[in-house]
Amino acid sequence: MSGFAIEIENLTKEYPFGFLHLKKKTSLEGLNMQVEMGEVFGFIGPNGAGKSTTIKLLMRLIFPTAGSARILGRPISDVEMHKDIGYLPEQPYFYDYLTAAEVLDYFARFHDLRAGDRKERVERMLKKVGLETARKIQLRKYSKGMLQRVGLAQAILHDPKLVILDEPMSGLDPVGRREVRDIILELKREGKTVMFSTHILSDAEALCDRVGVIVGGKLRGVGAPGQLVDMKTQGMEILFALTGASDEPLLAKAMKTGEYYRLQVAEGELYVAIEQLRGTGARILSVTQVKATLEEFFMNLVEADRAQAAAVEVSGK
Amino acid sequence: MKRVGIVALNTFREAVRDRVLYNLVFFALLMMLAAVVVGQISIGIEESVIVSLGLSAISVIGLLISVFIGVALVSKEMEKRTLYALLAKPVRRWEFLLGKFGGLVLTLAVNTAAMAAGLFLVMLYVKHSLQREDAVVLVAVYFIWLKLALIVALALMFSCFTTPLLAILFTAGLYIVGLYVQELRNLPVDVMSPATAAFTKWLSYLLPNFENFNVMAMAAHGRAVPGTLILQNTLYVVIYCAIVLTGAAAVFSRKNLK
Repeated sequence: MSGFAIEIENLTKEYPFGFLHLKKKTSLEGLNMQVEMGEVFGFIGPNGAGKSTTIKLLMRLIFPTAGSARILGRPISDVEMHKDIGYLPEQPYFYDYLTAAEVLDYFARFHDLRAGDRKERVERMLKKVGLETARKIQLRKYSKGMLQRVGLAQAILHDPKLVILDEPMSGLDPVGRREVRDIILELKREGKTVMFSTHILSDAEALCDRVGVIVGGKLRGVGAPGQLVDMKTQGMEILFALTGASDEPLLAKAMKTGEYYRLQVAEGELYVAIEQLRGTGARILSVTQVKATLEEFFMNLVEADRAQAAAVEVSGK
Repeated sequence: MKRVGIVALNTFREAVRDRVLYNLVFFALLMMLAAVVVGQISIGIEESVIVSLGLSAISVIGLLISVFIGVALVSKEMEKRTLYALLAKPVRRWEFLLGKFGGLVLTLAVNTAAMAAGLFLVMLYVKHSLQREDAVVLVAVYFIWLKLALIVALALMFSCFTTPLLAILFTAGLYIVGLYVQELRNLPVDVMSPATAAFTKWLSYLLPNFENFNVMAMAAHGRAVPGTLILQNTLYVVIYCAIVLTGAAAVFSRKNLK
């Protein structure tokens, strides 16, 4: 087996549209990417970027126009490989005439688990995702967040080596999001590989060993969150409070949040700025370095993609 | 085949929980009403009227279930995306399809058997006893079930490549056409051009023949059904269903889900 949990080569997906399906929209363009064994990999991008398309291609819910992929060293057409993977679909929906315990038991049956083992695992999973008290309620009465928890439980029920989660934080309240983050970290501690898509960048930054950024169906960058963005200091932020009125021009550049002011200046201008603020009678509370965030990196890519799309539209190509 | 069985049992459970078997209440009320009314208005032919009415009701109720639920078997799973999590398990698409088919055919078997039991109870009420020749009613019920299995296979196939509404129309249309296949075979081919004659013959064997499953008149009059017809109809349904389901699996296995 190779050292990669997922290997994607030139994966492309085009959707025909129009009356006679003669026009084609490219949803994913020549994706090349690897997810290493044991890592938590975040797949980030705006809505419609191609994240879910990639995951659906990996799960063979849709079929590629070109390219190929391997999971755990085996081609994705090998259904038996699914014994070792868990998948949470985006906005999951399950048989609403079943209870949470029944739906988990149903899915567990496909993994050749004995009745006693199935029962024990179902109970453990329900407890893990916080649904043990709702275990006997039919899913038609579940909220979106509760369905998301059921989805997560069925994805990890059979102790898979690789877990693929499509927008796992979607529809969850802050408590639920925290619990999902904890589950992902626990999976990592157990040596599992986790790939999850998200557009919540703080989750990706907090959880991922590496992230892949996809915009407009193209992969724009892969690496550790810190490597992707420029880690050099981009400036200094001074937090201060004013004790009286002042007409110092520097204050016009500051942003007021509550009773405090924030002022961003270049690193070389820090001491001059502090002196000027002191001259106005300001009370300096803190000085911090300003670094680029994953969000800024992401937004730059999205803006560039939009500008390119607009240029193509204008030129008609 | 174990995976097919898991899907089939869940499909049966779905039908039960979605109250599909509630139609039995309607059937029971209809038969009770018939038993009371028939005794008063049809002196001497009560049994044949009851058998005809009962078998017609079993057939119509079964048709409605097999067409509408047969089309929804897969299309609802695609529409609601309940299929996504399932196909991520070690399940092949054809196994899922066969399981859904098996589940509904099992549901129809239970439903048809329950209605048949009700029909025999009413026959017993009207005649005060059951004779050996009444067993032909069981054969008629078995033929209805075979017919319904074939309709489910057709509904499932159409639902794999078209919208639910069109799938319902195609299935119902094919059923109606299938009732007159014998007439198509009896057309005077000698007045047709060779090409038209060949096409008509080819078409008459391609279309499902539902006419052979109708033994209601024999059952109503207690005439025995030949054993060869039972064997022939059984084999016909097994082979026809195998072909239709293979076609459905071929389409569904390459289908891009939403």
